[in-house]
Amino acid sequence: MSVYINKDTKVLVQGITGSTALFHTKQMLEYGTKIVAGVTPGKGGTEAEGVPVFNTVEEAVKATGANVSVIYVPAPFAADAILEAVDADLDMAICITEHIPVLDMVKVKRYMEGKKTRLVGPNCPGVITPEECKIGIMPGYIHKKGHVGVVSRSGTLTYEAVHQLSQEGIGQSTAVGIGGDPVNGTDFIDALSAFNEDPDTYAVVMIGEIGGTAEEEAAEWIKANMTKPVVGFIGGQTAPEGKRMGHAGAIISGGKGTAAEKIKAMNAAGMEVAATPSVIGETLIKVIKEKGLYDQCKTH
Amino acid sequence: MNIHEYQGKQLLRQYGVAVSSGLVAFSPEEAVKAAKELGTDVVVVKAQIHAGGRGKAGGVKIAKNLDEVRTYAKELLGKVLVTHQTGPEGKEIKRLLVEEGCDIKKEYYLGLVLDRATSRVTLMGSEEGGMDIEEVAEATPEKIFKEVIDPVVGLTGFQARRMAFNMNIPANLVNKAVKFMLGLYQVFVDKDAAIVEINPLVVTGGGDVMALDAKFNFDANALYRHKDILELRDYDEEDAKEIEASKYDLSYISLDGNIGCMVNGAGLAMATMDTISYYGGSPANFLDVGGGATAEKVTEAFKIILSDKNVKCIFVNIFGGIMKCDVIAEGVITAAKEVGLQVPLVVRLEGTNVELGKKLLNESGLNIIAAGSMADGAQKIVELVG
Repeated sequence: MSVYINKDTKVLVQGITGSTALFHTKQMLEYGTKIVAGVTPGKGGTEAEGVPVFNTVEEAVKATGANVSVIYVPAPFAADAILEAVDADLDMAICITEHIPVLDMVKVKRYMEGKKTRLVGPNCPGVITPEECKIGIMPGYIHKKGHVGVVSRSGTLTYEAVHQLSQEGIGQSTAVGIGGDPVNGTDFIDALSAFNEDPDTYAVVMIGEIGGTAEEEAAEWIKANMTKPVVGFIGGQTAPEGKRMGHAGAIISGGKGTAAEKIKAMNAAGMEVAATPSVIGETLIKVIKEKGLYDQCKTH
Repeated sequence: MNIHEYQGKQLLRQYGVAVSSGLVAFSPEEAVKAAKELGTDVVVVKAQIHAGGRGKAGGVKIAKNLDEVRTYAKELLGKVLVTHQTGPEGKEIKRLLVEEGCDIKKEYYLGLVLDRATSRVTLMGSEEGGMDIEEVAEATPEKIFKEVIDPVVGLTGFQARRMAFNMNIPANLVNKAVKFMLGLYQVFVDKDAAIVEINPLVVTGGGDVMALDAKFNFDANALYRHKDILELRDYDEEDAKEIEASKYDLSYISLDGNIGCMVNGAGLAMATMDTISYYGGSPANFLDVGGGATAEKVTEAFKIILSDKNVKCIFVNIFGGIMKCDVIAEGVITAAKEVGLQVPLVVRLEGTNVELGKKLLNESGLNIIAAGSMADGAQKIVELVG
């Protein structure tokens, strides 16, 4: 078991003929992901990396039964691509694209209310269920199949955490990159709640960063609902106020959104928070040992 | 991206939002000419820098005649103004706004921001104008009112009216306040603003509701569709190294320390700074070279890091996910040779072909110290700085 995606997920790549999309389509296919269709308006009827290309998402879904889309469409057109995926009633749309104007995302979120589709991202590395299905841009080989869920606002920090876990023999159930933008689809609470319900996930690593209050809200939720241990890390403890640290959402403004506040909220919820990213794996292992979950989590 | 107050007010005028009359001046002569043109008994000479707190720092002067205008303009232009938002180094005043005097009855606060928790634009208002809204939020949170805006219908008339009444705008001026708010929202969405603050919004003796100050910040990701806003960018207000970095699609932010950092990924870049600080060091910058750390990008990144004279050594921390470590190592070596790197480098590589990458670095003949992990690298670089 896993969350969101597995070996049966049928993937559609929006913007498949762009160079980044082609590169990652190849990587995903090599990993074993079932990519059944691509969409590029005007390129319908052709093939990309051996995958049939359609003009619209609707056509692609009808012809192939794709249920999850991954979006590599350039920022000016990415919001529209998300809307198209939602309109086609896909189970999930994973938007990798960075630099989407935030007011476009405000409209997208409003449009999605009451609709079936789950959005992950934008500005995220994607979602991976190791050894089953990789959707996004993450390096597949660092992941090992197992029982620890990972949810993170940062791509490279997820890799860092996953790499440490895999090296210690701790596999992952699913790693979800929720992205670094201020307005996004799936948030920490959505992913945590999915991990909480997944019988094959025994513990979770949650990686946050400065900006907004999503970590504080997640900590409250964990305290009230989570039955499995969650360890955390917050990036940007030394970031200056008022500067966007690479991610559009990583900004301390008006003294709000600091790492200190987030760590305090997480500690108050009974979570262990790693002092540096180098000890995220170590911190998780310490906690699962305390909870008697280490042997179950040690997968290889 | 930020713009100046006078530019913000021009934008508001285009949308029929009431602001006091004023003209920009780059010299004392222009300031006097502007005052003559305005023709009012009293004019206000305001320093134009991208920071708040100008009034308290002495950047706003009230002139009762043209001689005073000249004197104040001379005094302000070229002066370095230090406010609570500029940092101790302050900002040099290069432009002035010469504005008609205003008979202020009462000051209010009005702002539009993106509320991340609801993913909606939110109108904020308070009758506590003229002070930091964060301070108001701290001391008297009950005096701040919010209207969450549905993007389908935009800010509605009833929401604006409710806000005006909540803010205790005099009943006979509520319609003017509503018109102001609706116009302000229109500018915000039309131009992809990220923050608009009118602090203070004033009610005048003559019965007008107008913006006495205007602070705009725009969504950098949307500037591609607003050429008119891009033209308002004032490079003098930005860090030269940050401007240079943006040309190469590098995300760079200057800091006060002496350890240069080059990292791939924003999250890892922040965490690298944190780790250096954790071991007692002080980072000189935040720098995300992006996913594909090519030789060209690494070269430009080195040049920008080294243009900071405080930098004593550089920590390169790359998690080569899909990029192979040997390719990154070659990039680092080529770049280091091209810029004639003198300062020591600590390099931490992780990912595909990591052993080959480390071998290349060791055999390069460059002053490179290899690190086994991020923590190991941070400790080594902190030791180097001493």
